[in-house]
Amino acid sequence: MKIHEYQGKELLRAAGVPVPLSRVAFSAEEVRHAANDLIKQTSNEVVVVKSQIHAGGRGKGRFKEHPELGGVKVVKGADAAKAIAEQMFGSTLVTIQTGPEGKKVQRLLVEQGMSIVKELYIAATLDRDTGRITFMVSSEGGMDIEEVAHSHPEKIIREAIDPGFGMRPFQARKLAYGLGLQGKVARQMESFLLKLYTAYIDLDCSMLEINPLVVTAEEQVLALDAKVNFDDNALYRHPTLEGLRDKDEEDPAELEAKNWDLSYVALDGTIGCMVNGAGLAMATMDIIKFFGAEPANFLDVGGGATEERVTAAFKIICKDPQLQGILVNIFGGIMKCDTIAAGVIAATREVGLKVPLVVRLEGTNVELGKKMLNESGLAIVAADSLRDAAQKIVEMVKR
Amino acid sequence: MSVLVDKNTKLLVQGLTGKTGEFHARASLDYGTQVVAGVVPGKGGSMALDGRVPVFDTVEEAVAKTGANASVIFVPPPFAADAIMEAVDAEVPLVVAITEGIPVIDMITVKRYLEGRSSRLIGPNCPGVITPNQCRIGIMPGYIHQPGKVAVVSRSGTLTYEAVHQLTSLGLGQTTAIGIGGDPVNGTNFVDVLELYNDDPDCLGIVMIGEIGGAAEEAGAAFIKDHVRKPVVGFIAGISAPPGKRMGHAGAIISGGMGTAEAKLDALRAAGVRIAETPSDIGKTMAAMLG
Repeated sequence: MKIHEYQGKELLRAAGVPVPLSRVAFSAEEVRHAANDLIKQTSNEVVVVKSQIHAGGRGKGRFKEHPELGGVKVVKGADAAKAIAEQMFGSTLVTIQTGPEGKKVQRLLVEQGMSIVKELYIAATLDRDTGRITFMVSSEGGMDIEEVAHSHPEKIIREAIDPGFGMRPFQARKLAYGLGLQGKVARQMESFLLKLYTAYIDLDCSMLEINPLVVTAEEQVLALDAKVNFDDNALYRHPTLEGLRDKDEEDPAELEAKNWDLSYVALDGTIGCMVNGAGLAMATMDIIKFFGAEPANFLDVGGGATEERVTAAFKIICKDPQLQGILVNIFGGIMKCDTIAAGVIAATREVGLKVPLVVRLEGTNVELGKKMLNESGLAIVAADSLRDAAQKIVEMVKR
Repeated sequence: MSVLVDKNTKLLVQGLTGKTGEFHARASLDYGTQVVAGVVPGKGGSMALDGRVPVFDTVEEAVAKTGANASVIFVPPPFAADAIMEAVDAEVPLVVAITEGIPVIDMITVKRYLEGRSSRLIGPNCPGVITPNQCRIGIMPGYIHQPGKVAVVSRSGTLTYEAVHQLTSLGLGQTTAIGIGGDPVNGTNFVDVLELYNDDPDCLGIVMIGEIGGAAEEAGAAFIKDHVRKPVVGFIAGISAPPGKRMGHAGAIISGGMGTAEAKLDALRAAGVRIAETPSDIGKTMAAMLG
């Protein structure tokens, strides 16, 4: 699960990680108020207005409605902040990560201005090769880190954390001095990193990225940005995090699927897929593509799906306006073929079948499942293998 | 021969009285597996599966009383990591974790706990391990398997069934099939299993099924290149998946050009692995290689 920068900063602040003074605003008037307060607090006229969307590259991104305006703007005075906010609110920000359609800005973060002397990159995430949380830091902050990793891998310093002992202070010092920091700033960085690690574990993050982390002219170390992602499997341990979900940032079909515990990802094609198992679901998408069509979605109904969940899954697939055909591919293990058949029949009776439907069943209770589909009286095309199923649905859609 | 499990394997089931645990423990028993014990804290002293299997409170006690040498875990995600560590602490040689949805941080702890201990962990989030007609540990449909000469290793559950089913239909059968699971942190990887298969004289060919994300397939390819002289058929799921999207398995996500299907396919091809064009061609491709 992803959250906004301002939410990430609030969580980090609560964990003792130093972040700049800032406040979220939902209207231009709120921006003016927030800016006024910050200016009073800091005796500094400069504030930064930052668009809050779930995508990176905001500073370099541009608004569709205001091609000259970037997603992050440094301004002087509360009235200027308000004027910028009026342009940003409701406008669509296009960045390298949003795709050409962009994202509508509905929240702004107003932050204190600072004199920055150094920008650094700090991230912690799982290194799958070692099975350990690993810190990656670089003196090339603010840059596209993937580019740095590619062209100057030596500029990224890594430190893996042994979960049996947690991050030790010497590890934090290695990173701090490795970044070329000295004196008071290095000591602040040590504390910053240790707190960041604690936050990572306590919040069950899947990634924590601070890009940039800044050193100010006053020798303060602060998280100027915060990208905080959570491990979905651990959300049950953190009931309050669910409240941070911004539904406007998520695909409505994906949200609906989530309510049913279905794993669903909307794609651009025309053939809807319902499959059990993530690997088989991807392989089903692959074979549709192999025969010359495009999948409309990824959908894994999972192992323990009930008839109701299968029905819900089917309805979600049918809502896609681009849908021209449906392929159901089930290899029952935990999942029983008769459950799938019952769900498909119930759903087609309820929503009607407006596009061709090919069903391939194999595995636990396959005979019963096939019999139920045959006797349902619905126009369902049966297939013998995945190849057969994919060929049939692609042909029917192309006809 | 087979690897990891055979007719002498004595299985204990952690989480035996849950719905999934009971269903699949019964299926394993009916398949002919020696299911010797269940472990359910608080239910020690009772009998399960129609009075056929004794239940214990702890793994340690179950092992002491029954001589169990493998454990399968059907414990729900919040308690699964603890259950795995309990089995490892009791020195059960083979621990197979079926549970899907274990928090990553819990698995990081489990992986650390395994260091320097004698148990092998398969999974989590996997279909299990089967040696046809001898021992079934996990959730796979037993009837699609058949004793034979091809070994299967896969990160995906249902894709494993797909491959197994094709091998059976073509009369090739399986020596052993192992699902290593789709989670980013797991106990056993391709390389470990390939090593076992490579040393099994009855295994004449290997099917390796991977998916996008991570670098386990690339590591497997490097091992094949250096050590494996048996025919290997490969398939990688997710060639059509857009980058940055999580496709169900926590493992199946590509980011920043790492772990793409193309990179994995290239590595496998370079190691002499024959790639199945579609998931429906896995069996056929192996049959062609075996001649």
